[in-house]
Amino acid sequence: MSQSVVVQPVSRGQADSKTIFGFWVYLMTDCILFATLFATYAVLRNNTFGGPSGSQLFGLPFVLIETLILLTSSFTCGLGVLAARHQYRTQVIAWFGITFMLGVAFLTMELTEFAHLAQEGNSWQRSGFLSAFFTLVGTHGLHITAGLLWMLVLMVQVLRRGLLPATVRRLTLLSMFWHFLDIIWIFIFTIVYLMGVV
Amino acid sequence: MANTLHPHEEHGTFITYAVGYTLSLVLTGTAFLVVATKAFDARGLILAIVSLAVAQLFVQLLFFLHLGRETKPRWKLIVFMFMLMVLAILVVGSLWIMQNLNYRMMPPHDLDQHIQQDEGIHY
Repeated sequence: MSQSVVVQPVSRGQADSKTIFGFWVYLMTDCILFATLFATYAVLRNNTFGGPSGSQLFGLPFVLIETLILLTSSFTCGLGVLAARHQYRTQVIAWFGITFMLGVAFLTMELTEFAHLAQEGNSWQRSGFLSAFFTLVGTHGLHITAGLLWMLVLMVQVLRRGLLPATVRRLTLLSMFWHFLDIIWIFIFTIVYLMGVV
Repeated sequence: MANTLHPHEEHGTFITYAVGYTLSLVLTGTAFLVVATKAFDARGLILAIVSLAVAQLFVQLLFFLHLGRETKPRWKLIVFMFMLMVLAILVVGSLWIMQNLNYRMMPPHDLDQHIQQDEGIHY
């Protein structure tokens, strides 16, 4: 005679919301990381050491296009998660595919700007202002790169195994990460680029 | 499938994402135009673009990250508020300390000039 052990199952919704909360806490700590970099930038922004300042270096229309691309990718990413919740597999691939392409376009523009600055002798070694600039914007770029790799892995998972509950949860976390990076960029756009030109 | 929708879980709809996206576009566009056309003096410009950025922060938090839609206890909101406090201490504290340091490390000639011109104290 076997006695079955009664295990109180944790419902999937509960488990998911715990994971989501844990990821939210990670995002908040990442926000502190960016806060220190923003503080460093704010302290060093006038220390140009005789080199060029922001108003001489930044092209606003170029950065506006970057911003719009990232903003649009945040929107398509949200639509991707909605599709995932409704189990629309083709739509998930389409929306995240678009998000991925927009992310790549954004990263390419950022790297083009970096290369352009470095070629003209305005690399991170030029002044305190440029060190802080490259560190802040570069850290955001690294996060975007990590997000793109994550997105690629998840798209392969969706294609091979379909929209399993775990995959939907991961897509939700990825979308939070992506929206978070969009918010950070809004502040880079405002504090670094727009204020640099004022 | 049981995993498609959890009634108690906070998430958006197409409408919330579309509204959030439109508002963000308008706010970004306004910030750009204000600076490109130099609509105000430097002080006014900075005030305007910072307000627009903060407005956009709230738009994206509400419409994209669905903050504030959770049921009690609102742990996400509490962690967020705590993060804001740490952030404020970090940023305001750094700026305050460094500005004070710059003031105290000013060469004597600059300091005289600063006190007379910017602070209006003549001695």
